[in-house]
Amino acid sequence: MAILKTEEFTVNIGPQHPSTHGGFHVVVNLDGETVTDAYCVAGYLHRGLEKIAESRTYAQFAPYCARLDYLGAQNPALGYVQTVEKLMGIEVPERAEYIRIILAELARVASHLVFVGSFALDFNGWTPIIYCFRDREKVLDMFDMVCGQRLTTSYMRIGGVADDLPEEFFPAIRKFLDEMPACIDEYDGILTGNEILIGRCKGVGILTAEQAKDWGISGPNLRATGINYDIRKVEPYGIYDRFDFEVPVGTAGDTYERYLMRVAELRQSLRIIEQAVNALPEGPVRTKVPKVLKPEPGEVYHRIESNKGELGFYMVSDGSDKPYRLHIRGPSFVNVAPLPELARGGNIQDVIAVLASIDIVLGEMDR
Amino acid sequence: MGNVEEKLETTPAVPPETKKPVAPVQPPAKIVKPGELLKVMEGLKAEGYDYLNNLTAVDYPEYFEVVYHLFSYEETGKKSVIKCRVENKKDPQVPSVCSVWNSANWQEREVYDLMGVTFTGHPNLKRILLTDDFVGHPLRKDYQLDGEV
Amino acid sequence: MVLKNAGQGVPEGKFYVGKLEQLFNYFRAHSLWPVNYGCGCCPIELMAVGTARYDLDRFGYAVFRNSPRQADVLLVIGPVTKKMKPIIERVYAQMPEPKWVIAVGNCATSGGPFKDSYNIVRGADTFLPVDVFVPGCPPRPEGILNGFLTLKKKLINPKIVQVSSNG
Repeated sequence: MAILKTEEFTVNIGPQHPSTHGGFHVVVNLDGETVTDAYCVAGYLHRGLEKIAESRTYAQFAPYCARLDYLGAQNPALGYVQTVEKLMGIEVPERAEYIRIILAELARVASHLVFVGSFALDFNGWTPIIYCFRDREKVLDMFDMVCGQRLTTSYMRIGGVADDLPEEFFPAIRKFLDEMPACIDEYDGILTGNEILIGRCKGVGILTAEQAKDWGISGPNLRATGINYDIRKVEPYGIYDRFDFEVPVGTAGDTYERYLMRVAELRQSLRIIEQAVNALPEGPVRTKVPKVLKPEPGEVYHRIESNKGELGFYMVSDGSDKPYRLHIRGPSFVNVAPLPELARGGNIQDVIAVLASIDIVLGEMDR
Repeated sequence: MGNVEEKLETTPAVPPETKKPVAPVQPPAKIVKPGELLKVMEGLKAEGYDYLNNLTAVDYPEYFEVVYHLFSYEETGKKSVIKCRVENKKDPQVPSVCSVWNSANWQEREVYDLMGVTFTGHPNLKRILLTDDFVGHPLRKDYQLDGEV
Repeated sequence: MVLKNAGQGVPEGKFYVGKLEQLFNYFRAHSLWPVNYGCGCCPIELMAVGTARYDLDRFGYAVFRNSPRQADVLLVIGPVTKKMKPIIERVYAQMPEPKWVIAVGNCATSGGPFKDSYNIVRGADTFLPVDVFVPGCPPRPEGILNGFLTLKKKLINPKIVQVSSNG
């Protein structure tokens, strides 16, 4: 019998691709439909933010941080201003701390809504994204009301926040908190028990706890493997230690579990927002800081639980008004590194499933 | 195995060109020579530092400094900052810690790409964020931007 | 029966007398299919335009094609880095004629807030023939809709972009 000649085939997934969440490039070697090898090419959105930081003053760089994780832009901005405050020893008024928590958790809700929608979209489910964006518009309306911008807000300032919450914010947030749990139940109903989703995601791309620790994974991807590590509980920043919320932890470490983590985190974020709105004290929203900020020479490393994982800022100051060095430790950059290992041995469609569940955002991956 | 930390020299966390002492805002960094780096890192991992959080480099006038931030997933109070100084600015070389933590893989490639520090023993030391034919290492202080605004 | 405004692309009355190309442009303007490409913060507003509140579909434009060979308009959306520039050129080259380019956002227009970076191309118009620029960082979804509708106006009546000789 004649033996069929087969050979491996190399396919480019991206950078122009509907499912790569921006310009991310994965090169896979295929034997039929099985992936034998994969490697990732990053850097299609490398804008050189770290070099730009060296030629901007501390206050001028704060708006750039919203362009790091633009799906929920307040979280990276919060991390940056807290880094500068830590370096200079600036105290933030109580009301500003509560406002920061409200906006940071709203940003987390906005980011996870995009995740749920685009996760389903990668499996060609067109309904959840319409519902998720309908609810995301409510959140963006609130950002518009408070910060003046929908997406890349620059509301977090060194020493507090830019301005106080307007009057019309409070009825809007109460209405949102009333309606949102039913909306989350809606996506839960469509997606969580869905046969197609379970078939494509359960048992796919399993990341064990040992692998996760070795690769330095953080965020919901880490908690899906069973390790309970959330910066908001481990090293609380701001006033997170005053709030009562749970950190969802999974067991299986596969794609389906990573999806479930984020849906559970949506519910917990709503709890935090409700507690913060109820406990909001009166007072000023910004401390007086000098017009030109010149920190003492020194360095600081501050990390926060951003939407995608642990976002770290390493800042070195030499006494002038511009940072000597700013390094941004992006969670997406570290979280996506084990993708070739997770993809190897699976099918080509599993590459898309695993990449969608890791939840990358190109802004903080490439900076 | 637990006495690795006491043997190292400890300095406060300030860049050396400052004259005023300043209160450190993070645990004091331990300065390590490149030759001893791998042994120190393996010792720290055995002590329970299983989380290599951040690996980056800074370009000071006299040397390059590669900074490692280490934490522990289980014992959440453990924090450690290790700094490795390389005097040779023309061809800086530091041993790679990929064999200790895999999370160093991409972060060392980024430092090589943007700062030009070579990590000996790295399985795949290529540029990661810039194109392969890019000339120069942009985060170095002597890199000339093309001046167009 | 001859129509008024014949040749301007707006059919009135019972007969149309004019160039076939103008008639085709009128139909093409109502059915612009964009390529599914986006990299950065601005594509998130494009996703918002495509969903229920801003509803790009009512204009016939939300048919995002994954393959550039089936698309009409390339939205250069988000910062163009030097690594991405050859990819965009390839995508543009694969699109069949007639094709148009809309540069969305400050980064695609001029480099935006990153224009002094070492890795940014200062504007999509340095290497592509851009038809419409949509400013903003990011532009509001209404702004992106306005960009599409401006392209439609340009297609139906190309003379609006000619600068008159009187200055």
